[in-house]
Amino acid sequence: MSSFEPTLLARVGKPDSAKLEGYRADGGYATFEKALKEKQPLEVVTQVKDSGLRGRGGAGFPTGLKWTFLPKDHPGPIYMCINADESEPCTYNNRILMEKDPHQVLEGIMLGCYAIKSRCAYFYIRYEYGDAYRTLQAAIDECYASGLLGKNIHGTGFDLDIFLHRGAGAYICGEETGLIESLEGKRAWPRIKPPFPAIEGAFRKPTIVNNVETMACVTQIMRRGIDWFKSMGVPPDTKNPRDAGSFGPKLYTLAGHVEKPVCVEVPMGITIRDLVEKHGGGVWKGRQAKAVNPGGLSMGFVDCNAPLKNAEGKTEYDIPLDFAGPGTVGCLGLGTAAVTVIDDQTSMVDVLHNVTQFFSHESCGQCTPCREGTGWMLKIMDRMRRGLGRREDLDVLVDVADRIGIMPGTTICGLADGAGWPVKTAIRKFRAEFEGAIRDGSKSKYAKKLDLVGAH
Amino acid sequence: MPTVFVNDKPVEIGTKKLNCVQVAELAGVLVPHYCYHEALSVVASCRMCLVEVGDLKDGKVTMQPKVLPGCQTPVKDGTVIVTGDYTKRPVGLAALPYDPAYKPGERAQKSQADTLEGLLLNHPLDCPVCDKAGECKLQDYSYQFGRSESRMVDEKNRPPNKPELSSKITLFTDRCIMCTRCVRFTREISGTSELQVVGRGHHEEIDVFPGYPLENKLSGNVIDLCPVGALGSKDFLYTQRVWYLKTTDNVCPGCSTGCSIHSDTNKDILYRLRPRVNLEAQGHFMCDEGRWGYHYVGSPDRVGRPHVRGDAGLVRGEWSDLLPKLKQELTDAAKKNGKSVVVVLSPFLTVEESYLYAKAFLALSKEVRLVLGPVPVVGEDDKYPKDVKGNAVEPTKFVIRAEKAPNRMGVEAVLRKFAGTVVKFESIAKETGIAAVFFAGGYPNPAWADAALPPENVPLLIVQDLFPSKWTAAAKYVLPATTGFEKDGTYLNHAGLAQPFSRALRPAPEVRTELQLGFDLAGRKGLATIAAVRKELAKELPQFAALAEVAAPAAKKLELATV
Repeated sequence: MSSFEPTLLARVGKPDSAKLEGYRADGGYATFEKALKEKQPLEVVTQVKDSGLRGRGGAGFPTGLKWTFLPKDHPGPIYMCINADESEPCTYNNRILMEKDPHQVLEGIMLGCYAIKSRCAYFYIRYEYGDAYRTLQAAIDECYASGLLGKNIHGTGFDLDIFLHRGAGAYICGEETGLIESLEGKRAWPRIKPPFPAIEGAFRKPTIVNNVETMACVTQIMRRGIDWFKSMGVPPDTKNPRDAGSFGPKLYTLAGHVEKPVCVEVPMGITIRDLVEKHGGGVWKGRQAKAVNPGGLSMGFVDCNAPLKNAEGKTEYDIPLDFAGPGTVGCLGLGTAAVTVIDDQTSMVDVLHNVTQFFSHESCGQCTPCREGTGWMLKIMDRMRRGLGRREDLDVLVDVADRIGIMPGTTICGLADGAGWPVKTAIRKFRAEFEGAIRDGSKSKYAKKLDLVGAH
Repeated sequence: MPTVFVNDKPVEIGTKKLNCVQVAELAGVLVPHYCYHEALSVVASCRMCLVEVGDLKDGKVTMQPKVLPGCQTPVKDGTVIVTGDYTKRPVGLAALPYDPAYKPGERAQKSQADTLEGLLLNHPLDCPVCDKAGECKLQDYSYQFGRSESRMVDEKNRPPNKPELSSKITLFTDRCIMCTRCVRFTREISGTSELQVVGRGHHEEIDVFPGYPLENKLSGNVIDLCPVGALGSKDFLYTQRVWYLKTTDNVCPGCSTGCSIHSDTNKDILYRLRPRVNLEAQGHFMCDEGRWGYHYVGSPDRVGRPHVRGDAGLVRGEWSDLLPKLKQELTDAAKKNGKSVVVVLSPFLTVEESYLYAKAFLALSKEVRLVLGPVPVVGEDDKYPKDVKGNAVEPTKFVIRAEKAPNRMGVEAVLRKFAGTVVKFESIAKETGIAAVFFAGGYPNPAWADAALPPENVPLLIVQDLFPSKWTAAAKYVLPATTGFEKDGTYLNHAGLAQPFSRALRPAPEVRTELQLGFDLAGRKGLATIAAVRKELAKELPQFAALAEVAAPAAKKLELATV
């Protein structure tokens, strides 16, 4: 592990890391130029597919496979959308890539567009990322000036435009069809699937939506090859034919109650304990970790003290952070790999209130179960932290959390699954704490005091 | 033949492309839905139509693990649909070979109840004062598919109402279930896009942009589309409880489109018009002009009884006294010179009425001239949807026609049969030597009758109309007319579609229907019945033969106990 050299973050911290000159000096764009001259688009697709790269945005869908879903011999246009609406709480890996090394991402986009024969890429960036927006715009301008973007790039006949599009600050715009709707100038209400974007996406044309980190990985896969990528991570579980494995380096972001919240690049499959202890400087103030979000709020909670089955002396704190790991302890998945640590002095009632508040605020409100369910869960949690919880509330919360989402089939997009998962994992894993809080009628110190105000 | 199974019942779908909701309807199973509407795009967001779907293949049923929105799920040969009502399927129906562990309908039933619980969380449950109560889908489905109690003890959201949404429509924001039918209507059918969703999550609301209220000529349809009591017609608001209303299938007399409508009345007062789905006539909707233009029916200015001109001007007359005189004078004039008697048939008459009049007057003399009364035309045909600049966009989904009369085609058909050609009254108005004119009007707007002025110096001018006009001012006899809601009849719309309809309300006591007057003038005894006239008509005008088969559509009542 100590011999691991960061690749995606290799240039972070260098002077002028965001400039084209600096990127060129480190061998940047050579891969793209080489591919443009020597490789067929299909070869790029095959290389990415064979590398086993899985999307870094949250769902972990194999990137190369997604590219092959595009209709064959489509007259075009085919669009590429880059999802930089990084809104999952405590996630900031894309931001670092965009602010510190935008050209690595742009090269990945160019390679991707070349592979899928797209002449137009939309870079959808969340509104809050002002610095990243300006850095990226400057980088794109540099590319146009040096002939890396625009018409007939390097005389090869390949045209490519990249448009930077700023969102307006909604979590739902990170859902791929919500992003497309928003890009088209509409309310970001996710679309019903099928048709999937690869068949009918932006402006009713075939569209591929990829994450920023995924594109950075594409750059490195094309530069360093499949073997380099596959030398890291976790191979597929041979017992599970549907497991595609978790290869390559991954950016993990640490947040919450750690001494040193950082974004680190390590091979896939590091355990939560290693990540927190070795890279995050441990839990802050010398405390113990109680719960951890393995990959953004929507993935649910890990109980750091719950023993792992079939593993002597290990707890859920020791699960590997690959695509399959969090699922083994009841979490939704790896998600964005944003690890949020909650220390042992924090009330889970407060944590869960915060979570429900976020999802209630961010539910787009299209499907009834999510719109009403997230709001209901917030109301219950708000009451509970004011000391007015009832025992039956816990069952209601689990029932509501269980029934909303695309997994039971009651919503259009996955936001509701993400809203339900932390609620049900928290209550199932920390039920005693919730019951205790309800029994005591203890009031959260963060709860707003409800003063009765005279009407006159 | 492609077959789909709905709660084990096989349904043959032929080559039609259907979704689960439509197929279930064919099988006689109700899949409840809010956001889905035939005429609008599918958004699958209300999640009321959740069903279990599977495939029957090689004698084995494979069910999908999730519930699916029925409105968005297409069916094909072998599709198996299981709804929440599975347990209520007909007795004796053989069950399909499901997996033994699978419990049909359980998940769908729970999902529907869950959705309803969600919808009612922030619903004010103010049914006692809600206009929609009695015909509300939220009430009906809660009763049929919901649970009887809510588990929410917290305070409900109470967004403020928006009476300023439109001059004609008010929004009870808290009753809204966010099905977005109204939003899609303004985007897809009217094209005017006034309505939108604002806010997020459970704080979402329907709203308009400030300064751009919901004002378009089709706006009233959002009231019918609203499955709950959120969008209310200011015209109808708080006037009637819907279970007191008697609903009659009728035809809008507002323009030559001839929209199929429901007329809602109580005690012979017309309270509301609603569109009736008729893909051959207008589709699913109607225009605001027709919807709210019915107030003339109950106007106090109407000619309510016969009048006769004496020395002191027009005075009230009695039918028993006036009718024989009138008939005698007409007969005399016709005997003297048949050509000098002119009968003006307005395009507001029904086919049966114009037929009966034609017969009655031709019986006086074969020479009597039958002409077509003034046909009101206002502006140009107004086509929808429109783009932002107000230009019509193809494909056209709704047309408000410029011709503001329901039955020009029908009257012309009668004229062609009995007068040979269609002669417009305007072309003979200037002629001299006209001894008698019988003007059968029925114009809701007196200005439309006045578009052609009565010929001067006519000794015998008989005017039958709804309102006082220049015609009635010059008439010797003024007879009351009936509106399209007060009679049985048939209109032939712009495309030649014949729509029989029945009476929605009785006219005022002294108003004699045109049909009855036709009977009386022809000297026939007894009460005029539409069936008898249609039978005669079918013999003389074969193109109307189908009408003879129509039993007068019976007035349809709401299936609710009237208190």
